[in-house]
Amino acid sequence: MADIKGTQLIHEYLRHNKKFPHVFCSGCGHGIVLGSLIRSIHGLGLSKDDVCIVAGIGCSGRLAAYVDFNTVHTCHGRALTFATGIKMAKPGMHVIVVMGDGDSMAIGGNHLIHAARRNIGVTALILNNNIYGMTGGQCSPTTPAGANTQTTPMGQMEQSFDCVELCTAAGANFVARGSVFHVKRLDSMIMEGIKNPGFGVVEIMTPCFTQYGRKNGFKSPVEMFHALKKNVVKRERFDEIPEADRGEKVPSGIFVQKDTPGLEEKFYEMAARCQGGK
Amino acid sequence: MFRGSFVSRDREAYGKFTPNPDQVMSAKSKGKSIVTIFPDWCKGCGICAAFCPVKVMELNDQGKAVVVREEECINCGFCELHCPDFAIMVQPKVDSEIPAGSKSAHVNAAPNGSVESEKSIKEKG
Repeated sequence: MADIKGTQLIHEYLRHNKKFPHVFCSGCGHGIVLGSLIRSIHGLGLSKDDVCIVAGIGCSGRLAAYVDFNTVHTCHGRALTFATGIKMAKPGMHVIVVMGDGDSMAIGGNHLIHAARRNIGVTALILNNNIYGMTGGQCSPTTPAGANTQTTPMGQMEQSFDCVELCTAAGANFVARGSVFHVKRLDSMIMEGIKNPGFGVVEIMTPCFTQYGRKNGFKSPVEMFHALKKNVVKRERFDEIPEADRGEKVPSGIFVQKDTPGLEEKFYEMAARCQGGK
Repeated sequence: MFRGSFVSRDREAYGKFTPNPDQVMSAKSKGKSIVTIFPDWCKGCGICAAFCPVKVMELNDQGKAVVVREEECINCGFCELHCPDFAIMVQPKVDSEIPAGSKSAHVNAAPNGSVESEKSIKEKG
């Protein structure tokens, strides 16, 4: 498997009995995230047996079914709790959690902030498409104010969550934001997130054309990718833009990178200390 | 981030931007790769056709991507990285002919039999 790359490499990691092409709509970015995740794991040289993918419910939950690692498909919003248990029982396993924005910040919002507070050594990929896609297009905690959705036909009135600031404030060890248009940067962020000890969060901006784009004036998925290309800017460049001109732009890049030991490292250290000090 | 995108004024102009192929690439690296599209896996989102700097791909009347100008390909890798359905494969061309190993490699790539050989894809057009 050493000499192959690109799409051929991705095909090596897929479960081909799961009826490909996958279920995602035409123009959905989730497939790009799946490819990026596979490339990152391959790039780090991890064995398939040493990786565990835990996914919640939603469009992003399907990612776990398609890849040939140890995978768990869990309850809605509770993916991080399952992942915590797996990581505590098997600290050598690289546990990667794939969640959507509603999954992680609405239904599992409490688990997200407490996983960040505990600093458990899992990497969470939050696929932020600004909507609940699979259940019919209800507005989610990250739907921007003013957007039209199935449940807010006259425009969303509430403020939206900023995932990066939420996780930074809760104390996560690694916080980054990428987009499915800037794939090479996304690859390096996921690799850094897996390598970093403690809790890591990578928020990935991905378009949902079927449920979000059509109701908000986009004519095709390609237009949503143009919007990503234009609006997701590097963090350093974003800081230089005067506040009045920022508009819809969002910063991307690595925001927090600390090397505090994770909960499982502290736990096993304490266990060894207690057993040795009998 | 997608908030109010329908009122932004320069989005239209941005979408129409097409780079001049002569400025983007060096003629040297042209025509050194084989682009394969698996029609059964393609969902016709059009990302490859819209963002390819030298317009190698186009959408056919069925809405699926087809390779029309393979000799122009500069192997930038954009389509391979951004295809959400893993339906595009860009491989280096060893000789002027198709390399002997590439056919068996394609069969290995998708063992569920949904992948067609290059020949049949080209016939379908």
